[in-house]
Amino acid sequence: MIGLPYFWLLLFFFIPFLYVFQISFSTPILAQPPYSKILNLSGDFSNWLQATLDNYLFLLEDNLYWVSYLKSVKVAFISTLICLLIGYPLAYGIARAPRQKRHILLMLVILPFWSSFLLRVYAWMGILSKNGLINSTLVGLGLIDKPLAILYTDVAVYLGIVYTYIPFMILPLYASIEKLDSSLSDAASDLGANRWQRFFDITLPLTKPGIIAGSLLVFIPAIGEYVIPTLLGGIDSLMIGRTLYDEFFLNRDWPLASAVATILLLIIVLPIMWFQRNQQRTN
Amino acid sequence: MSRSSTFIFSWMCFGFAFLYIPIFVLIIFSFNNSAIISVWGGFSTRWYYELFQNEQIIEACLLSLKIAAISATFATILGTMAGIAVSQFQRFRGRLLFTGLLGAPLVMPEVITGLSLLLFFISLQELIGWPSSRGANTITIAHITFSMAYVAVIVQSRLTSMDKSLSEAAMDLGARPFQVLFDVTLPIIAPAMISGWLLSFTLSLDDLVIASFTAGAGASTLPMVIFSKIKLGVTPDINALATLIISIVGIGVFTAGYILHRQKSLTKIIR
Repeated sequence: MIGLPYFWLLLFFFIPFLYVFQISFSTPILAQPPYSKILNLSGDFSNWLQATLDNYLFLLEDNLYWVSYLKSVKVAFISTLICLLIGYPLAYGIARAPRQKRHILLMLVILPFWSSFLLRVYAWMGILSKNGLINSTLVGLGLIDKPLAILYTDVAVYLGIVYTYIPFMILPLYASIEKLDSSLSDAASDLGANRWQRFFDITLPLTKPGIIAGSLLVFIPAIGEYVIPTLLGGIDSLMIGRTLYDEFFLNRDWPLASAVATILLLIIVLPIMWFQRNQQRTN
Repeated sequence: MSRSSTFIFSWMCFGFAFLYIPIFVLIIFSFNNSAIISVWGGFSTRWYYELFQNEQIIEACLLSLKIAAISATFATILGTMAGIAVSQFQRFRGRLLFTGLLGAPLVMPEVITGLSLLLFFISLQELIGWPSSRGANTITIAHITFSMAYVAVIVQSRLTSMDKSLSEAAMDLGARPFQVLFDVTLPIIAPAMISGWLLSFTLSLDDLVIASFTAGAGASTLPMVIFSKIKLGVTPDINALATLIISIVGIGVFTAGYILHRQKSLTKIIR
């Protein structure tokens, strides 16, 4: 029962990642495959290990990578915040809706998730483009003279990420709001707490697990996002997923791409560890 | 209605409009006679006709469906095994690594999963000559790997809510472990396995990044073909394709939801 899935994961998940880690310490060469072996067992024993930190040093030196990492973190963070602000009242409304309606409303939240992700991003291209729906409406109404540039800007990237990942925010929020005991809020109101006090002192702290889970579910995939910045962002929208992809496929610098991937993984592991420590504390 | 519930209500209207307006726009413009996306040139189904003439898309669609069906099936088998293993056996050697590996594909960025699998396949080919070429086979392996993690999570959560005493009772009555598995555990987790299969199928159909890394030059899946087309801009035949996909998924989800809902109310009546 354990053996087969264990073996599969080791072979196709763990070992491949060790490969990336190993290649990140090698030197790019003009060959097939385009990197040097770091273990040189055949030659002189004194220099059998030919690992190099050059790729990581290059990442530190070249501005491009810093900018990409910071930009990714920033975009992911702001998108998560927007998802939370839009999603919380929505999840609250669904959780407080009559029982029969709740089922349908939840299904309506999940439904877009089941249809193709790529096509949902594409839908925004048609709306935001130069002669798209928004611009032709605004021009038609005479509100603006010439179309606004929305597609291929950061605004479009934020819109795309929020649109794509908001179901992941709403579902855990809904789960934690639904569990909330409404008698607590009633008691507070009997004791004279106003609406805001009830929200900030009772509802918000008790739904914190949902907020954290939802935020991680948006933040983590948003950081490594490749498709949305490529389709909706401008040429300068350097998010790290896109930089990695280009480094690998366009520049064919495998060792550098591997180093980029290793650092990206570190950035993602940190919030997850924080989350787990947080959970252990609450248990 | 109080002030706060008016606020919540209008916020929900806004939220669902945000979720659905782009989809409706996509559908409406798939029936547009004009080639310019935002100019309405009258009702027409010409883009559907053109879509069905496009052999590249049809071929890619069939390939994607094949990969999705195969990878979902294997992912369901492996993921169910993993889910049962994690929830039934509290202690075994390497359990921590196993649970870590099982959870990791859920949070790993697609670019990293894709890159690592591609590098691994290339080295493997050098070492043992397999896989001799990259294409549908390598994409399928990659999809099994990340889908099985989702299946494992679903199965595991179903098992934790399952009554342990059922399998204990079966064992007390003399059932062998195998009988317990097939007569007690599997029927209970069957709904979880079905939703796991459906989720894996959808994830596989939807995946662009990992497929682009692992495909090599051999194969193009449907998302890869769509992506290369829409990178250049908006084309109405993709709108037609999107409309078809969204209608199939919508009808599917609503039927499944309806059946589940009816089953629940039926069991309530019986009880």
